[in-house]
Amino acid sequence: MTPHDHDDHDHDHGHHHHDHGEDSELSETELRVRALQTILVEKGYVDPAALDAIVETYETKVGPHIGARIVARAWTDPAFRAELLADASKAAQPFGFQGKVGDHLVAVENTPDRHNMVVCTLCSCYPWDVLGLPPVWYKSFAYRSRVVKEPRAVLSEFGVTLPDKAEIRVWDSTAEVRYMVLPQRPAGTEGWSEEQLAALVTRDSMIGTGMPASPKGASA
Amino acid sequence: MNGIHDMGGMDGFGPVDSDESGPVFHARWEAGVMAASRVMGGIGAWNIDQGRYHIEMLPPELYLKSYYRRWLERTERAMVAYGYADAEEIAAGHALRPGKTPPRGKFTVADVPRVCRRGSFYRPATAPARFAVGDRVRTRNMHPKTHTRLPRYVRGQTGRIVALRGCQVFPDTEAIGQGENPQWLYTVEFNGLDLWGPDSDPTLKVSVEAFEPYLEPG
Repeated sequence: MTPHDHDDHDHDHGHHHHDHGEDSELSETELRVRALQTILVEKGYVDPAALDAIVETYETKVGPHIGARIVARAWTDPAFRAELLADASKAAQPFGFQGKVGDHLVAVENTPDRHNMVVCTLCSCYPWDVLGLPPVWYKSFAYRSRVVKEPRAVLSEFGVTLPDKAEIRVWDSTAEVRYMVLPQRPAGTEGWSEEQLAALVTRDSMIGTGMPASPKGASA
Repeated sequence: MNGIHDMGGMDGFGPVDSDESGPVFHARWEAGVMAASRVMGGIGAWNIDQGRYHIEMLPPELYLKSYYRRWLERTERAMVAYGYADAEEIAAGHALRPGKTPPRGKFTVADVPRVCRRGSFYRPATAPARFAVGDRVRTRNMHPKTHTRLPRYVRGQTGRIVALRGCQVFPDTEAIGQGENPQWLYTVEFNGLDLWGPDSDPTLKVSVEAFEPYLEPG
């Protein structure tokens, strides 16, 4: 069976480029996942529509656009910035899916002297409520193993170079607390609206492996 | 447990493939296993710490397969371990017997927002916090064979409390069915030079969240 033979072909987005060379194993995995879902439904544990609804929520509703709006608000509203840094779960509520954000969210602010990075060395803890599902690299063994020991080398692989004297502050989210980085507002964005600013806020800039996009080229 | 999952500070995994701009899921089966796992958590079949522990207990060669493959292996095994299916049913790919009644009942569309948002693990404190912000603490040199959230690379190290994070469910007991046993949680900051030696990055500071039983005065 090829990845294109299965019966949910119409849901397929055609993104199989990461699956190269694993067709036979993948087919077995696909069958096992379908079997698992069949058992859940037959056992009466789940309404099948709810399985699709979970996937749809993460594909279309919860993602880094939420975090980007939070950052843009913090860049334009000093009182909100203070609230966010004091209690991010509370401050971020209005931006969350259905107007809610779970507990234990903490925002950490980059400054010219201090750069924050977020990792989970033990698993893949990530601020899902405001950034959605983590990217593959965040869950990769290379990132998880190295960022607590050689963050500058990791940053260089993202094309990021920091001043030699800047402190690097790595937050290993080992329990309950979920961190998001509040990046520095790019120069040259004076007078920009929240919406314009949010478009500059990349997912990686909220994890600490990237910087916001340059305002040059974006419409002011 | 000192398992393959505890990766902080390991070498040998190569560079980070930072070129990641693809879709949320790279194959539909990834979405399928994510949703199935959320459902089993959502109905209360097992708690988040038990779920993590079942990933950590996978043989390393399985753990080192892809992320969602780990979730699949974990979910199948945990279903058997907690009595929500048996091995014969997993092999057959069909239910052969009626299901167990889950603590929170059947999962429906109405339950979706709840599992797409982080739960709260705060619990009322049963004792005052032992440490305060600014205190120097030493992490215990401990090597439990079961689940813990204290990574190896910070064990036996001296650091500083930088935040109190409330009293929270203690994963070390919750993961093995010994109850929530709430404990104070702290953010403890370490100097990179202390963790990695004099040749390491002098500008680095690293923190972990550490439960009170992991700590003693430094």
